[in-house]
Amino acid sequence: MTTAVTTSVSARGRTVLSSFVRWETLLIVLVLGLIWVGTTVSPVFLTPRNFTNLVTAVIEVAIIALAMTLIIIAGEIDLSVESMAGLSCALLGFLFAAGIPLEVGIPAVLLVGALGGLLNGLLVTRFGLPSLVVTLGTLALFRGLALGILGPKGVTGFPESFTSFGFGTVPGTPIPWPFLIFLGLALVLGIVLHGTWIGRQIYAVGKNAAAARYSGVRVARIKLWLFVLSGVVSALAGVILTARFASARADIGQGMTLTVVTVVLLGGVNIFGGRGTIPGVALAALVLAILGNVLRLTNISAEIQSISVGLLLIISVVIPNLAHQAKSAMDRARGGRRTSAGSVGPGEVVSP
Amino acid sequence: MTSKRIGRVMALVSAAALLAAACSSPGSSAAPSAAASVAPSAAASAGGSAAAGDLNIVFIPKAVNNPYFDAAAEGGEKAATELGGKFTQIGSQGSTAAEQIPFIQDATTQGYSAIVVSATGADEVAPSLKAAKDAGIKVVGYDSSPAEGAYDVFVNQTDFSLIGGAMAQWACDLATDCTGEIAILSATATATNQNAWIADMETALKDPKFVNLKLVETVYGDDDATKSTTEANGLLQKYPNLKVIVAPTTVGILAAAQVVKQAGSAVKVTGLGLPNDMKAFVKDGTTPKFGLWSVPDLGYLAYYVAAKLVTGEITGAPGETFSVPGLNNDQPYTIGEKSVVILGPPFEFTPENIDQFNF
Repeated sequence: MTTAVTTSVSARGRTVLSSFVRWETLLIVLVLGLIWVGTTVSPVFLTPRNFTNLVTAVIEVAIIALAMTLIIIAGEIDLSVESMAGLSCALLGFLFAAGIPLEVGIPAVLLVGALGGLLNGLLVTRFGLPSLVVTLGTLALFRGLALGILGPKGVTGFPESFTSFGFGTVPGTPIPWPFLIFLGLALVLGIVLHGTWIGRQIYAVGKNAAAARYSGVRVARIKLWLFVLSGVVSALAGVILTARFASARADIGQGMTLTVVTVVLLGGVNIFGGRGTIPGVALAALVLAILGNVLRLTNISAEIQSISVGLLLIISVVIPNLAHQAKSAMDRARGGRRTSAGSVGPGEVVSP
Repeated sequence: MTSKRIGRVMALVSAAALLAAACSSPGSSAAPSAAASVAPSAAASAGGSAAAGDLNIVFIPKAVNNPYFDAAAEGGEKAATELGGKFTQIGSQGSTAAEQIPFIQDATTQGYSAIVVSATGADEVAPSLKAAKDAGIKVVGYDSSPAEGAYDVFVNQTDFSLIGGAMAQWACDLATDCTGEIAILSATATATNQNAWIADMETALKDPKFVNLKLVETVYGDDDATKSTTEANGLLQKYPNLKVIVAPTTVGILAAAQVVKQAGSAVKVTGLGLPNDMKAFVKDGTTPKFGLWSVPDLGYLAYYVAAKLVTGEITGAPGETFSVPGLNNDQPYTIGEKSVVILGPPFEFTPENIDQFNF
């Protein structure tokens, strides 16, 4: 029984994958198009320094988006990520100001990230509450804790070795250090999601949690661990923000969640769960990074920048749906013709 | 299969349209807002390196489409016209360091001769400004100071130590017999300027002449009109005996004045505001007096200072002097400690003088 369902899930996973390779193709075309626009409008676009700039501008968002991808594929959402990043930043600053070295402080805030994620996960899985509501609550809670810990003051004076991690690049290259974290995390989560039974179960949970549960998937446990992962990754993003800003503040990261969700959806992840890929989300982060950079380099007004990102989000949600509807309509039409020709039955043509 | 291809083509076309719309906009849509407007020639030569005397100065305010920074930009543009330089203003709509830093970094790669910046967070923007200085770009702070060492000169709008005392005095003037409860409606809990002014005001309130003024609470409207309105309403409900709301922020003072007027309350509002926002409230007695400085002059002075740094007339060292036409009663300015230049004393707006100002 279990084997049978798992096989069918994995088969479906494969068809989902192959259909989204096309979405990724589209994103690659978009990236190439943006690079072309960038080189056309600005002579500095292709400089190594500009690469560093455009990557660092979205790196924390991109890192959190990787964890968010798994959560949304599993049919949930975590809106508290920006506040967890803020809490991590505030706590790191508080500990540092209290004389606790960063070697201890950083693991401590990552642990707090895990605990915060655990809280989200328990509220969602044990009490069956919608994650939208739970994480909206912890969005306020974590930010409140951050402000409580650090108050309105900032903490500075972090050692150069730490701040240069946030702002500097790998010697001799234009690659910012946090980009390596992003690559490593993308690799690990990509393998887990696309190459292991855990990944198949995550898709199964998002497609149909009830069916997954009846076929032996421990739905609650998977969701719980995904929220813990999201908490840790958000706390990690908070550490990177602290390094990049060379200071700790309680209000850091505000408004970031919206951008994270934008990246995930633009990456082709279905907001209702069950579909999406890590490479797609990584490409979407690149699209957003280059788009922002090109808009800044051309001194385009802030309204237009905001409008562009909003349009991008809407298009990324609408286009797949329109394409799907168009396909269904065409299939129906074609099915009708073929039926009259007596070759193929309509049932066989209509896609799931 | 064909339909899938159609879907893909549709998506591509939409994406291309989006890009085209985004890229063709500077000429067509920027006109109505001064903050977003871009000197048309600036973008074209932005990539070139700045030779001495080639004035290509970029303003990066905390936020664009903000009347305060629009007014400062007017002054910057006026100075650019007088000096034959270029003026560009860039920035985000939000006022967080996360949004501002990429603009600083991108301005650095574009090779402007000077960056004039209002720091969203003194320490957060410091690393990127230091990188700009390392790249040979002159950095001038205005309105809100970056951390020391991250700028060549900071142009301060007024002597900050005078603002707290002035606000305490205005509250005293507006509360009958200088007696009763007062409250503060500030911007965000972490705003550098506001926190400094509030601290100064609290110190000033300890003066025996303000002994009957009681500061009951400081609330934060986050420089958001809705939140400021809610917080101002909260103050009225919580403190029925409140006499004065002091709002050291242009968003907060406007919200507080509107709330007080709508409630028909006798509470007076004062603080720091824009003359255009406050004209009606000054005349109807809600805000009989408030203060600020001449914002266009701030942008004007900041551009001049940046230009003088670029040409080498000044280096930003304390003790250097320079003149700017029409400012400081035509007396030379002296660069003070920490390379700070002060525009002038705070300016008090009253029903008698408010009509002379338009920003």
